[in-house]
Amino acid sequence: MNSLSWVAFKTIFLKEISRILRIWGQTLVPPAITMSLYFLIFGNLIGGRIGDMNGIRYIEFIVPGLVMMSVIQNAYGNVASSFFGSKFGKYVEELLVSPTPAWVMLAGYVSGGVARGLMVGAIVMLISMFFSDLSLAHPILTIFTVILTAIVFSLAGFVNAVYAKKFDDISIIPTFILTPLTYLGGVFYAVSLLPPFWQKITYLNPILYMVEAFRYGILGQSDVSLSVALPVICLFTLGLTYFCLSLIERGVGLRS
Amino acid sequence: MSEAPALAIRGLKKTYSNGVSALKGVDLTVKAGDFFALLGPNGAGKSTLIGIVSSLVNFSEGDVDVFGLSLRNQRAEAKQQLGLVPQEFNFNQFEKPFDICVNSAGYYGVSRELAKVRAEKYLTELQLWDKRDAVSRTLSGGMKRRLMIARAMVHEPRLLILDEPTAGVDIEIRRSLWKFVQQINAQGTTVILTTHYLEEAESLCRNIAIIDKGQIVENTSMRALLDKLDKEAFILDLAAPVSEAPIIYGFNVQRLDSQTLEVEIPKGSELNGLFGALSAAGIGVRSLRNKSNRLEELFVRLVDQGKVPVAADNNKTVGAAI
Repeated sequence: MNSLSWVAFKTIFLKEISRILRIWGQTLVPPAITMSLYFLIFGNLIGGRIGDMNGIRYIEFIVPGLVMMSVIQNAYGNVASSFFGSKFGKYVEELLVSPTPAWVMLAGYVSGGVARGLMVGAIVMLISMFFSDLSLAHPILTIFTVILTAIVFSLAGFVNAVYAKKFDDISIIPTFILTPLTYLGGVFYAVSLLPPFWQKITYLNPILYMVEAFRYGILGQSDVSLSVALPVICLFTLGLTYFCLSLIERGVGLRS
Repeated sequence: MSEAPALAIRGLKKTYSNGVSALKGVDLTVKAGDFFALLGPNGAGKSTLIGIVSSLVNFSEGDVDVFGLSLRNQRAEAKQQLGLVPQEFNFNQFEKPFDICVNSAGYYGVSRELAKVRAEKYLTELQLWDKRDAVSRTLSGGMKRRLMIARAMVHEPRLLILDEPTAGVDIEIRRSLWKFVQQINAQGTTVILTTHYLEEAESLCRNIAIIDKGQIVENTSMRALLDKLDKEAFILDLAAPVSEAPIIYGFNVQRLDSQTLEVEIPKGSELNGLFGALSAAGIGVRSLRNKSNRLEELFVRLVDQGKVPVAADNNKTVGAAI
């Protein structure tokens, strides 16, 4: 990375961090409250009646899924809203007229999304400690998985922002696609509980692989083999990175 | 070896996806160090041209070089030479002016330490230093325009493009803005200007191009263009009302209202004959002024030749025409 690229990357990244911290009431607090309620209701109140899931206490089973859900939603939402905001307010032009390379621009926004995803993930993880007794079975795998997942959904948020023409367009995908896929991606239940047909359908859901790899990192067991989950995550990362770069290079949604 | 032109455009064409052909083969050269006016009626292709040069619009055909650096093959290097002050406010209205300038410099690879020094320098020169920590949306329109100029200058470009930078700015601020831009031009920065205020173009710019319907219809020095004028118009404020315009041989006189006449005078004519005839007709003249600036008249004539409707008013601007 040459000097220009490094300075430009730092500038975008610091700007994103500053934005996340400036509006902390919108970026960091809501997921903390929502997840606390999930832990309280599904973990403590209802979880006791559900019993074990794959031999693990229900509250401990859902912690990795809920952390991952927070990371996914926040990484996606951060890039989608920040980049679309820059398009809507036209200040994306500051970057487009500058010599900042497309990949640096993408890396800056994605790093911001990853940072918010990880911040929220850490907060949710911290809150979970009040409700459960967890230890990390495979710390490096856990960190690797959470970072890659945050990258994948930051990239997805970028694609959404590039195509979005109005603010409604950046809430449609999270509401109608992201949330259902997350809820049906093994956050609250083990896939092995589903009938064979629905298991096969669930295996088409990419979020399942991320949740299960993360669950393996924390609990040491999951419904999906790592030899499948990790390549799927890497494939999505590479594919979306290539797609996003081609969108910027071609100026889709950015240049007329 | 002579210095490469600040801007060299050859055969530039742009057709939008809806089929509108905004530029139909534009050739234009702006010398390094020039103060250049680019004028044209609404929809003539000015914004498209500026958008292409500043990489906000993709071009269909042709070549654009900025200081000899091709936008096709050396886009990043070419962009480094360029500063843009667009027509519309395009900064984050929730950020502070100081942060906007420092971040903008960062996109050009200027280190944070140097960016802070330059942000202070240009915000001070543009009388915005006191507002450095204000939320930008609370700034007045004139302050926002000055902020965009400061932002365009923090990476110290060799070519500054100002797209109607004084629209909606009061006279005092406008004058201080021009003083600033003249100063940076004197220091070597090439300036390309589009403006509604043609007297600004006339008084500031050395060379001029007029674009109409996607083509350059005039590209010459300001002096050569103004030499083409063959008549001037004056407004006379009369001492007493008149019921109709007097007929004076050699002058075209029109009555604007009971105490105001407009007189067209061929270039090089003496005014003595006019005043003698008015005096003989018993018409006293209290004061005399130019109807409009000379460039405005030429502009209207050039675009009229192309049958472009122009709403010229009697004051200093060509209203919605540019």
